[in-house]
Parts: sequence; C-alpha cells; structure tokens
Amino acid sequence: MSGSQAPTREVARRVFAREFNAATFTFKESEDERAPLYALLPTGERANRVFVVGTLTETEDIGDESEYWRGRVVDPTGTFFVYAGQYQPDAASTLRDLETPTYVAVVGKPRTYETDDGAVNVSIRPESITQVDETTRDRWVVETAERTLERLEAFDEEANEYGQRAQQEYEDGVESYREALVEALESLDETDGESTAADAASPSAE
Amino acid sequence: MSDVTSAAREIHEQFSEHLDVDVEDVSQRLERLVTEYKVPLSEARRSVENHYLDEAGLDRDDLGQGSNTDAVVEDIDAPDQWVNLTAKVVDLWEPRSDAVAQVGLLGDETGTIKFTAWAKSDLDPLEEGAVYRLENVVTDEYQGRYSVKLNRTTSITELDEDIEVGDNESEIEGALVDIQSGSGLIKRCPEEGCTRVLQNGRCSEHGEVDGEFDLRIKGVLDDGREVQEVIFDREATEDLTGIELEAAKTMAKDALDTTVVADEMRETVLGRYYRVTGPTMGRYLLANDVEEITGTADPDGVLIKARSM
Repeated sequence: MSGSQAPTREVARRVFAREFNAATFTFKESEDERAPLYALLPTGERANRVFVVGTLTETEDIGDESEYWRGRVVDPTGTFFVYAGQYQPDAASTLRDLETPTYVAVVGKPRTYETDDGAVNVSIRPESITQVDETTRDRWVVETAERTLERLEAFDEEANEYGQRAQQEYEDGVESYREALVEALESLDETDGESTAADAASPSAE
Repeated sequence: MSDVTSAAREIHEQFSEHLDVDVEDVSQRLERLVTEYKVPLSEARRSVENHYLDEAGLDRDDLGQGSNTDAVVEDIDAPDQWVNLTAKVVDLWEPRSDAVAQVGLLGDETGTIKFTAWAKSDLDPLEEGAVYRLENVVTDEYQGRYSVKLNRTTSITELDEDIEVGDNESEIEGALVDIQSGSGLIKRCPEEGCTRVLQNGRCSEHGEVDGEFDLRIKGVLDDGREVQEVIFDREATEDLTGIELEAAKTMAKDALDTTVVADEMRETVLGRYYRVTGPTMGRYLLANDVEEITGTADPDGVLIKARSM
C-alpha cells in the first residue's frame, strides 16, 4: 500500500474510547515528509482516520489568543477528547454552537501529545462534527464492537503485521478491549428496553 | 502437439482470412526463433505475427485472436481481451469524433457496457433495441471503466430474440464520512452536450459561460473496512438531504453565497448511516437509490462471539 499506489483515502477506523486512548504509539510507513501518520491501535490495526459517535458532554474554549475548543465525547467505554482550533473552523464553530449533552458523530485524525510528566495523551483532530440521533449512536456501538472483534480475532495471526507490531509496542494485551466491547454491547441491551418503551409512548418520536 | 505447433496453428487461423499462408511456413518461422535463437515462445509468436501483419498490411487491432471466448458483460474485467458477446443495443449516442461510426451502450442479463465502432472498420450499423451476436470484439479500459470496441474483423449477426438487460448495480452500506468540494449547489456548462461543472464561472472547455444551476454531492461512504466514493445526482441529493434545487437557490441568494448549501447538507447528512445502490463508474458509485439506515442494530450476534472468546 505505502507509496506504491496513487494515494487513496484512508478508512475511518471504528474504535472504542478505551482502546483509542491507549493508542499512544504513532508511526509513518515511509520517510516522505508528507506520508500519513498512523496511530497503532492496540488490537492490531493502523489508524490514520477514525469515526466515532458518542455523547458530547462538555465543550470548553481553552485557547489563549484565538479560540481553541475542546470537546468531550463519551462512549460506553470512556471519553474521546476532540480539539478544534483555527485550522478546523467548521468543527470549532460546531463545538461553540452545540448545546450539551447531545449525540455527535466525529470524523477525524488521531493525534498524540506528550504532557510535562511524560504521559502520552491521544486525541482527535476533527474533520467534521455533526449532531446525530440515538439510532446512529447505537448503530455505531454495534459496528465498532464488530470491527473490534474482527481485529481481536486476527490479532495473533502471523501475517497480521499490525497485530505483531501491537504485541511489541504495547504490554498490556488485548483482554481489556474484549471486555470493553462486551460492556459496550451490554449497555445497549440495558437501554434497549427503555428506549423501546419510550418509543411506544411517543409514536411520533421521529 | 508441441507448443510451437499449436501456436503455429493459432497464428495460421488468425491470418487465414487475410493471407494465403500454410501452417508449415508459420511453424518454421516460430521454430527458428525458438530453437535456434532461444527466443521465448510468446516473444517469437509476437514477432511472427508482426511479420504476417506487415505482409497483409494490417494493424494488430484488425486481427482476431483464435482463442475468443464467449463472455457476458459482467465478466469483462481486463483490457485487450478478444471476446464474443450476445447483447442488446440499449442506447446509441452521438459520436463526438469522425473516427467513430457508432457509440452506445450494449447490455445483456448481467449488465451494460459501452461500445465503440470505428468508422474505418466499415461495419453494418447496429440498431437500437436489436439483439446481436458480436464475434471478435476487443475489450478496453479507461479510468477503471470497461468498454468494447468493434473492429474490422468483428462479425455481426442480428438475432431474433430479446434480452432482459440487467443492471450491474451494487449495494453498499456505511457512514457518510465526507462531502467533498464541488458538492452542493453547482453550475454546469450550458453548451450542447457539455455538462462540465464550472469553476468560478468558467468551463474548462468553453470558457466563461452563463451556467445552469444543479445539485450534486460527491460523498464518501465508509464502513470501517473500506471507503467508496459516491456521486449523488440532483434527484439523489434532494432525496438524501431534503433540500430541493429551488430551495437551495433561495438559500444561496439570501446568503449571497452558494457554499451555504453544501454546509447545510453536511450538517444534515454527515456521520449518519446510509444504504446506497447504483452502478459503479470508475472510482465512483452513482447513487440511484439512497436510504438512511434507521433500524436498530442488533448487538446479540457480536455479543455472543465476544463473550465466548
């Protein structure tokens, strides 16, 4: 893939917050300055782009001179941090305008930065943020569980380059991501009953 | 039968209509290259073919290949293959060049494919709606899209039957993760036969023109495994966004800016899941039918698998 073909658009990976925030190792596939940057997902996949859907719980302008917005997007396993400044004007204005809490879909690039005490934080630099409904969010949870499961199933395969790499770079194994996806799906089952009841009470919900 | 002999027979067959040549002669030429000069058979074959092409005053394109196979439209996935098709003429278009006698669309049960007949090939014209047996057509590819070319050696037989032409449509599902530039309220060149999208009021072919408004979206559908670029024409765009052309024009007029339309569309559709069906043209899928996926996703299958890992 790398360099041998005309550039193709990168797939937006589906990943839960718990795993995403642990994807602290980043790399490029070539020496080229403009080569895409990938985060190595602990379940063994490279991610240059992600698609996440969750609850936007808080937004805050943490910029000094110009606006720099931070949003917290929560999924059943943890919190994604989304940062948008002057180079992401659309996403920044969306964060400025949205009332929390609300469901949002975020397409963006994984970014890492090292804090003063040496910890590596992983965040999303958004390409777009849009308000969505609960159905979309639930669909994303199931889809993300499916993709995560696929990665887990392929994790130990010898031919799985990124699985091998994840085993070298991350020490904690993948069990906690399997647990996370089970928890995420179970949380759907719980809310399922409620939302069905709510739908029945207000058939004109759409 | 040795490789050389069978190659010689095939070459002989290719040229039998054009030249008075016997298999022995062909075989000797091949044998000499292969045995004496250690030329690989494929290269030797090429060389011998070229010799006879010269002798007959033919182009390589004029030549049928002995090993034609009967194909259906769906199977055509490589250029420069010689095939036989049984197909219906679905559509005839106006040729843009004098070198082209006919251009249009052929279809069989498995789908449709563009065809071109060259003027110099001097073939009987095909009629729209008729079904033909076409032997010796060559496949071609342009930007990932396949077509077939009729040539001087193509034999055309009209058949007294009808074909129910299938659509080579595919259905994909995914989240709409991007709406690319050139989407929303656009202007197209009004020149006859030209529908190019204007850039700053200019058509790349006809220069500054008074464009006609249209709606379209160039979007990206992504299911987490692969991406597919999708083009929504005006109808599909209206379906997808609920914004109709007239409303879009009013929005743009009020804002004194056409980009507000695409912005509004982004807010309405990005990050949501859709099922789209349509034919594929090169890197794009052309959306014929668009449906938002609103049903509840079923977590049980994944859950059972994940628990048992």
